[in-house]
Amino acid sequence: MAQGQTAPGIQAGRLSSDEIAGNFDDLHPAYAPHEAAVAADRCYFCYDAPCVTACPSDIDIPLFIRQIATGTPEAAARTIFDQNILGGMCARVCPTETLCEEVCVRETAEGKPVEIGRLQRFATDTLMTSGVHPFERAAATGKTVAVVGAGPAGLSCAHRLAMLGNDVVIYEARAKSGGLNEFGIAAYKSTNSFAEREVDWLLKIGGIRIETGKALGDALTLDGLKADHDAVFLSIGLTGVNALRVDGEDKDGVRDAVDFIADLRQADDLGALPVGRNVVVIGGGMTAIDAAVQSKLLGSENVTVAYRRGRDAMGASRFEQDLASSKGVKLMFNVQPIAVHGNGAAAEIELEYTSGTDGELSGTGETIRLTADQVFKAIGQTLEGAPDTVALDGRKIAVSGVGRTSVDGVWAGGDCAAGGDDLTVTAVAEGRDAAMDIHASLSA
Amino acid sequence: MADLTTNFLGIQSPNPFWLASAPPTDKEYNVRRAFEAGWGGVVWKTLGAEGPPVVNVNGPRYGAIFGADRRLLGLNNIELITDRPLETNLEEITRVKKDYPDRAIIVSLMVPCEEAAWKAILPRVMETGADGIELNFGCPHGMAERGMGSAVGQVPEYIEMVTRWCKENYDKPVIVKLTPNITDVRFPARAAKAGGADAVSLINTINSITSVNLDAMAPEPMIGDKGTHGGYCGPAVKPIAMNMVAEISRCPQTNGLPISAIGGITTWRDAAEFMALGAGNVQVCTAAMTYGFKIVEEMISGLSQWMDEKGYTSTDEFIGMATPNVTDWQYLNLNAISKAVIDQDACIKCGRCYAACEDTSHQAIDMSEDRTFTVNDDECVACNLCVNVCPVDNCITMETMEPGLVDPRTGKTVTEEYANWTTHPNNPSAQAAE
Ligand SMILES: Cc1cc2nc3c(=O)[nH]c(=O)nc-3n(C[C@H](O)[C@H](O)[C@H](O)COP(=O)(O)OP(=O)(O)OC[C@H]3O[C@@H](n4cnc5c(N)ncnc54)[C@H](O)[C@@H]3O)c2cc1C
Ligand SMILES: Cc1cc2nc3c(=O)[nH]c(=O)nc-3n(C[C@H](O)[C@H](O)[C@H](O)COP(=O)(O)O)c2cc1C
Ligand code: SF4
Repeated sequence: MAQGQTAPGIQAGRLSSDEIAGNFDDLHPAYAPHEAAVAADRCYFCYDAPCVTACPSDIDIPLFIRQIATGTPEAAARTIFDQNILGGMCARVCPTETLCEEVCVRETAEGKPVEIGRLQRFATDTLMTSGVHPFERAAATGKTVAVVGAGPAGLSCAHRLAMLGNDVVIYEARAKSGGLNEFGIAAYKSTNSFAEREVDWLLKIGGIRIETGKALGDALTLDGLKADHDAVFLSIGLTGVNALRVDGEDKDGVRDAVDFIADLRQADDLGALPVGRNVVVIGGGMTAIDAAVQSKLLGSENVTVAYRRGRDAMGASRFEQDLASSKGVKLMFNVQPIAVHGNGAAAEIELEYTSGTDGELSGTGETIRLTADQVFKAIGQTLEGAPDTVALDGRKIAVSGVGRTSVDGVWAGGDCAAGGDDLTVTAVAEGRDAAMDIHASLSA
Repeated sequence: MADLTTNFLGIQSPNPFWLASAPPTDKEYNVRRAFEAGWGGVVWKTLGAEGPPVVNVNGPRYGAIFGADRRLLGLNNIELITDRPLETNLEEITRVKKDYPDRAIIVSLMVPCEEAAWKAILPRVMETGADGIELNFGCPHGMAERGMGSAVGQVPEYIEMVTRWCKENYDKPVIVKLTPNITDVRFPARAAKAGGADAVSLINTINSITSVNLDAMAPEPMIGDKGTHGGYCGPAVKPIAMNMVAEISRCPQTNGLPISAIGGITTWRDAAEFMALGAGNVQVCTAAMTYGFKIVEEMISGLSQWMDEKGYTSTDEFIGMATPNVTDWQYLNLNAISKAVIDQDACIKCGRCYAACEDTSHQAIDMSEDRTFTVNDDECVACNLCVNVCPVDNCITMETMEPGLVDPRTGKTVTEEYANWTTHPNNPSAQAAE
């Protein structure tokens, strides 16, 4: 029997398996062909379309929608994959409300954009479920490239390099590839092991070998990689996490949101995953929202996101905020944590109200205590494990042009590199562009 | 990917998609952009004789018909042939052809119906290096009033005469562009063939008035307080153009005469359909004017995907494949019986099939309390109206009744035997079946 939402402390099995299955169903379900036809028909085929400009990977959106409308979703998929080999994942996880769909002229005209993300999913699903990999490798160049990290940036870079005829070895610290597609993205965005299936499909291009369990920094050094390969691409993401630096942070029940999410993504049985009755998430980005929503979907009674600034400053989009609210998550603004109380394990979190002018934030002195048997920290990820010789720009790897680092023959892209938003689609685009630059410089 | 390379009259182009003679091909700037976008060829905007060029109106020259969501279905225009000097056009054609040797450039011509006028312009066109000429016997407005365009195209004798002049004075392929503003397109097509034409292209635009301004009480587009009929084109004219292409293609006297199909071609599928009816390639105007040159990418990807799926490796393999299946009504098999079938899973319960059948057809669709719509085979004559009004693709389909079954509407057993009107007992002039 399910334990119920009000079972005390941190408990597994709060909801029945049916309830959990329903809760973690596709956030944006796949279109049936008729729905896709109707949705595609709404596209005006704009000239120099604003959606294309807004897409970090420059997918030719009007063209692929027209290809769907004229009954060739496979050709549409090719148009998408030409620019973005992880177009299937992006169709599921892109915050389209702040990218392509935000600038759709029908959003402007009617407040209802063409549903580009779902159309993209329709096209890519059609081709991928047919098992077809639409690209072939060019003649072998005899060059090999090392890619460090098998997340979206690394996979995209590797695919493009392999397509151009180079051999690629990906070194991945974890036991499984996919990066945050596999360990980070909310479960209801990537259902039915899509991340894993997508990697298998991508690898059909050939010429890519993934070595899992191999982390740069252990036995593997940048000099070693440079010696064994013609070029190196760093796509190690942001694997460190920021600390809260408040009293009681070390108590039981306080943990990093990304770890909780990784456990959740790898769980075979979500019902076996423990979650608190009263959960408080500290932070305001996508990670905070995802941790909060998924806690709620697992059966927590009370889930609160506590963010230190106002709603408008929140990293999570309005759509994500509303999604959280619709699931029963409470959003608190202008509060910052000052202590976690409890005898060994967390029982309460103490928050102080803030006021801010010109980005300067200060506590007002007024505090509030919330019951909290589980506290998730989601206040940002940081670069960890970058080679010492590579110059940084702030807290990320400095790059110039298309991903060239300060070290000759070493490129970087994705979350670990400076510039661009920390999004899957941006990582894919940076990986692709770096691959083009690597290939050009190796062929020069 | 299938190879779309097309050989039309010995003129090679990387794909069968040409731009028709019209504003998209009016000058070097447009044509270069078109070639960069991927078009296989162009028919340059019609040139007139040496001397002061024609002038266009200085007000609106287009009118339009829209479908839902303001989708442009039909366009009407009162534009004339090129209003730029002959010399300028010829220089531009020469330059562009030199830079794009792999693309087809055809020069469209319209000069007065006198041999001297044709003899004067043909050598100049020859010098440009263009691949051929197209005789514009189709423009239905303005030029026709001056004895050119459709005024020539409506008189088969003139078509034959001018075509012959051109064949005598020009060495490369001569395409005759036909007007649809006639009663039977086979006559002008035969005349073109008799004059020695290498191919016909069709259709040019159809005489039309697209709308009337009910405040000003004048047809639109209005120039001042008057309007005139213009030439109609775009998706709305495709069925008319397809029939005309099919008629020429299946007529024993013109069968085999190469055809460049024009009229409403908007997607790869439109092109494939025209080619199946016998066209060697297609020309596009309105679709490019509506969406820009980029649509050719969808046409290319769509046609090659379809060819791959069907196993065609070259366009020649399917050109004209549908022609033998175009026949006269009297030869249709009256023993072929089908019934409409509604897929209940696909049905969105809009009830449009019910309204259509109940009010305007054969009362063969039943509607239940809970809005389930089913076909009553006792009444269904298989007219296809429900299929055509249903907003969901493939929700209602026509299923052929197998021989041996009894058609509940007539009580007769379905037979495999073919029988048409020529032998039907109700036909007063029926001949007994042999
Ligand atoms: C919880 C969460 C939810 C998110 N939701 C969304 C979303 O909905 N939509 C969206 O667009 N973006 C989302 N993002 C952001 C998105 O996931 C990232 O921007 C994207 O994954 C970055 O790709 P990457 O390849 O740069 O890095 P990562 O995906 O982080 O991949 C880096 C890879 O490198 C490996 N690695 C790290 N260090 C080493 C080393 N030293 N040696 C070898 N391998 C190493 C890692 O194991 C990992 O596999 C989310 C992020 C998080 C944390
Ligand atoms: C504005 C306009 C101008 C045209 N001018 C010419 C012309 O100069 N010569 C010609 O042969 N056809 C002319 N046409 C006809 C087109 O070439 C074509 O035959 C017709 O538009 C049908 O094709 P569509 O349905 O793809 O538009 C013109 C059409 C339009 C819309
Ligand atoms: S399209 Fe519009 S802007 Fe261009 S010439 Fe015509 S009326 Fe003028």
